[in-house]
Amino acid sequence: MRIGVFVCHCGSNIAGTVDCPRVVEAARGFPHVVYATDYTYLCAESGQDLIKTAIQEYSLDRVVVSSCSPKMHEETFRRAARQAGLNPYLVEMANIREQCSWIHSDKEAATRKAIDLVRKGVFKVSRDQELFPSFFKVNKDVLVIGGGIAGIQAALDAAQGGHRVTLVEKDQTIGGNMARLDKTFPTLDCSSCILTPRMVDVAVNESIELLAYHEVEEVKGYVGNFDVKIRRKATYVDWSKCTGCEECVGKCPARIYDKFNQGLGRTKAISLPFPQAVPKKVTIKKDFCHFFLKGKCRVCEKVCQFEAINFDDQDQIIERKVGAIVVATGYEAFDPIAYLEYGFGKYKDVITSLQYERMVSASGPTMGHIKRPSDGEEPKTIVFISCVGSRDRAKGRSYCSVACCMAMAKQAILTKEHIPDSTSYLFYIDIRAGGKGYEEFVDRAREEYGAQYVRGRVSKIYQKGKKLVVKGTDTLLGMPIEIEADLVVLAVGIAPPQDAPELAQKLNISYDQYGFFVESHPKLRPVETNTTGVFLAGACQAPMDIPASVAQGSAAAAKALGLLAKDELEASPIVASVEIKRCVGCFKCEAVCPFSAIQRQELRDGIMVSNVISTVCKGCGLCGVACPTGAIKVNGFTDEQILAEMEALLL
Amino acid sequence: MTIKYAYYPGCSLESLAREYNVSTRLVCQDLDIELVEIPDWNCCGAAPACQVDHMLSSALSARNLALAESFKLNVMAPCPKCFNRLKEADLEMKDNPDHLREINNLLEKPYHKGVQVKSLLQVLYQDVDRELISCRVKIPLEGLRVACYYGCMNARPADINDFQNPEDPTSMEEILAPLGAELVDYPLKTYCCGAAFGLARVDLVLRLANELLEMATLVGADVIAVACPLCQQNLDLRQLQVNARYGTRYNIPILYLTQLMGLAFGHSSKELWLDKHFVKFRKLPGATQAVSSGAR
Repeated sequence: MRIGVFVCHCGSNIAGTVDCPRVVEAARGFPHVVYATDYTYLCAESGQDLIKTAIQEYSLDRVVVSSCSPKMHEETFRRAARQAGLNPYLVEMANIREQCSWIHSDKEAATRKAIDLVRKGVFKVSRDQELFPSFFKVNKDVLVIGGGIAGIQAALDAAQGGHRVTLVEKDQTIGGNMARLDKTFPTLDCSSCILTPRMVDVAVNESIELLAYHEVEEVKGYVGNFDVKIRRKATYVDWSKCTGCEECVGKCPARIYDKFNQGLGRTKAISLPFPQAVPKKVTIKKDFCHFFLKGKCRVCEKVCQFEAINFDDQDQIIERKVGAIVVATGYEAFDPIAYLEYGFGKYKDVITSLQYERMVSASGPTMGHIKRPSDGEEPKTIVFISCVGSRDRAKGRSYCSVACCMAMAKQAILTKEHIPDSTSYLFYIDIRAGGKGYEEFVDRAREEYGAQYVRGRVSKIYQKGKKLVVKGTDTLLGMPIEIEADLVVLAVGIAPPQDAPELAQKLNISYDQYGFFVESHPKLRPVETNTTGVFLAGACQAPMDIPASVAQGSAAAAKALGLLAKDELEASPIVASVEIKRCVGCFKCEAVCPFSAIQRQELRDGIMVSNVISTVCKGCGLCGVACPTGAIKVNGFTDEQILAEMEALLL
Repeated sequence: MTIKYAYYPGCSLESLAREYNVSTRLVCQDLDIELVEIPDWNCCGAAPACQVDHMLSSALSARNLALAESFKLNVMAPCPKCFNRLKEADLEMKDNPDHLREINNLLEKPYHKGVQVKSLLQVLYQDVDRELISCRVKIPLEGLRVACYYGCMNARPADINDFQNPEDPTSMEEILAPLGAELVDYPLKTYCCGAAFGLARVDLVLRLANELLEMATLVGADVIAVACPLCQQNLDLRQLQVNARYGTRYNIPILYLTQLMGLAFGHSSKELWLDKHFVKFRKLPGATQAVSSGAR
C-alpha cells in the first residue's frame, strides 16, 4: 500500500493557525505513507496537477488531502485522482480548515489537532476499497406543482426544451396571485394583460398536460424515476362539456365567500374565478351547494344546455411517472387577524393590500371603483401600513416580504389616478426598493403623485364616527402622529401556503420555521433542493416579486433540462447494502430510513429480509446504526473504517 | 373550595388607592378567595428603585416573595406595577441561577423560586368561575354602560404578563359581564394615561386624560372601570383640571372593577369608599335605588 498525503495552506486560512510543514513531517511517519507534501492552494489547477503527478510518479494507490470540508472540494480531488488513473473512492479528506484552523487560535494546539486529523485520514484510507457507481435510466417527463407565474414559466420553458410537462394546480384556474393584481410595478403595466397570454400558452401547448383542480397526493421514487399520485378533486361538472358560458352561475342561488376576490364581494357555489380563467370551466363547491346541503335545487343542471353538470362526480387518483419535479406553490397573503391593534375583521374599512388590489382592478367586485366597504363612499384619506406580518418579531415573522414596499408605492399611485383629490399616507420602517427601476418608481410616487411617506409604525387603529383614527409615531420628527382616515390598507406580508410543510414531507424536501422550502445552497444552488431532481421556483422558496419568480421559474426549468439531458444517471456507490445471511428481518432499518429506500424481500423459504434500493439510498447510514445484527453496512463508511478512524484519534 | 393567596397590597393600596384595597378584600371574601397579607411586606422595588439599582429593586421584590414562600402561598398583587415588578424579578431569578444566588446573598431568608405571582385580574379571570360571580350578584347593574380601561400595565409587557392579547385584552369585560352591566367597546382600552408624568408633566397627562375621557363619552360610557391606581388617579383626580384646560364638561366616575363588583354584590357605597373619588358616582341607571339607600 502506498499512501500520499497532501497538506493545503489555503493561503493563510490554514497556514495562519496550523504549522503545515510540521504536519507534513508528522505524516511521513504514518504507516504506509510514502509521500507527503504541502502546497498553498491544492484546489487550484496547479495544486491538482501536483496531486496527479505525485500519484503517477510515486505509484500512489491511496490519497489523503488535508484541506477544507469535503462538502467544499471532495469532488474536485476525486476527479483529479480519477484523471490520474486512481479510483476516486480511494481519496479521503482531512478537514483541517472548518474543523481546525478556523475555530482555533492557539497555533501549537491547532497543529497537533491537524496532525491527529491527518492520521485519522490515513488510517481510514488504508481500509478504503475501490467503489464503482451504478447507472440507471431516466424518465424525461417533468412535473410542475403550482400554476402561478413561476410554475407557468417553468412549464413553458421545460416544454420548449422538448419535454412533456404535467402542470398540477390546486385551484380551478392557473394564474396564481398574479391574476389578482391590477397593475405591476415598476412599469404599471396591467397584470392580466401580461399574464393571460402566458396562461393561454400553457393551455394550447401540446406538450403540457394541465391538471387544474388537482393536488399532489403522494410522491415515491427518486431522481429520474418519480412515481406521483395526483388527486383529481371532484368538480361536479364534466369539463369536456363545459364551455364556461356561466349560464349556471347567474342562476345559482348560493352566494359564498369569494376566495379569488379575497372576500371582497361574493361569488356563487358554482362559479368561474375570473373571466380569463384557464381552463375556463366552472366547478361546484360542494360545501356550499344547496343541492348537496339540502337535497334540493339542481338549477345549474336545468339551465346547462351542454348537460355538463354531474352531481355524482367523485375524487379520482391518477398516476404519472416523471424524471424531475419543479415546486412552484407560491404564497398566501399573511392573515392580519393577529394584529388586533389594527382591527382587521372588526372594522370593515381596514382591508389588506390584496383586497385593495381587487378593488382597484376593473374586473374586481367594485368594477375598479375604490369604495369604502362599510358605506360604499369614495375614500379621500387613505392610510397604507407596511410590514404587516413582516419584520415583526413580536408576531413571529422576522423576515422582510420584499414585494410590499413597491406594491404600496404602486397602490398610492393608482389611488391618486383613481381619486385625484385623495391623499395617501404611507407608514414605513424602511423603503426597500432594491430592483431595476424601483427607487425611481418610489420617487415618482412621492414627487408626482404626492404620496405622503411617514417613517414609523402604527400602534393603534380605532373607529371614531365614520373615520378610522390611525395613531402612530413619526420617528423622523420624534412626534406622535394621528391621522383620521377613510380607508386603511394593510400591506400584508408574503406567507407560505398553510399546507406547505405537508407537501415538503411528501417531496422529502426541507422547509424553514415559516414553511418556506429550503434551497440546497442559498447562493450557489438557489433553485435546487437537497433531494436530487426536485427544484424550487418562486415565492414558495422565499418572498419574491414577479421578475424574480419568473427568473426562478426559468432557472428551475433549466436545471431540470440539464438533469434530463442524459439518458442515464450515475448513482453514488456510497450506499447501504444488506448482508442477507445476517439479516433477521426485524425491519428496524425500514422504520428509520428517511428516504423509503428499504424494500422487503422474500427469500425462497418465505423468510423476509431487507433489501436496499441503491438508487434511492442516500448513504446516510441510519439503517446501519439501527441494525441490531450488523447486517447493514454503508460502502465507504464500514464499521472497520470508522473504528480505524477512532483508533487513529484516540490511541 | 377556598382559594388562598398571599396578598401583596403595595404602597398605593395603603394610601391613595385605599378603596381598591378595601373593595378587593370585600370582593375576594365574597368569592371565597382567602387573602393572607404578607406580614412585614416591603416596597416592591418599582419606579425609583428600579431606575437606580437593578439589584436593589430585585432584592426588594425577592424579600416579599421569600416571605410568601414561607407560607407556601402564591402571590396576588392588585397594583399592576407591583405585579409586574414582582413577576419580572421572579422570572429573572427563575431564569438565571447566578442572579438568584446574588440576590439571596442580600437576603436574610433566601428565596427558592417556589412562588407564582398573579395580578388581581388574572386571579379573578383564571381562578374564579363566572357562574360564581353570577351567583353573588344581588343588585344587577342593568343599564349601566361600563368602559373597561386597562392602561399600559394590565396586559403588558406581553412576556411578563403572559396573559391575554396585549393589544386587545378582554379579561375585565369577561369578569364584569355577569354583573349585568352593558360593556361598551372602548378602543383606547390599552392607551397610556400618562402614569407618573402626573408629577413632572401635568400638561401631558391632561392631554392623554382628555383623549381617554373624550373617547369614553363618544362610546356612551357612564363609568370607566380600572384596575390600576395610577389610571384611576389620572382620570379621576385630573378630570376637573381637564375640564378647566380644555373647556370640557366631563363627569365620568372612574371606579375600580372591584368597586363595581362590590356594588353588584350588595355592598354599600360607604363600605366601598365610593365617596373618596373626586368625580362622584351618584347615578346608577336602573339600580339608582341600590346606591342611594345602601344595600345593607
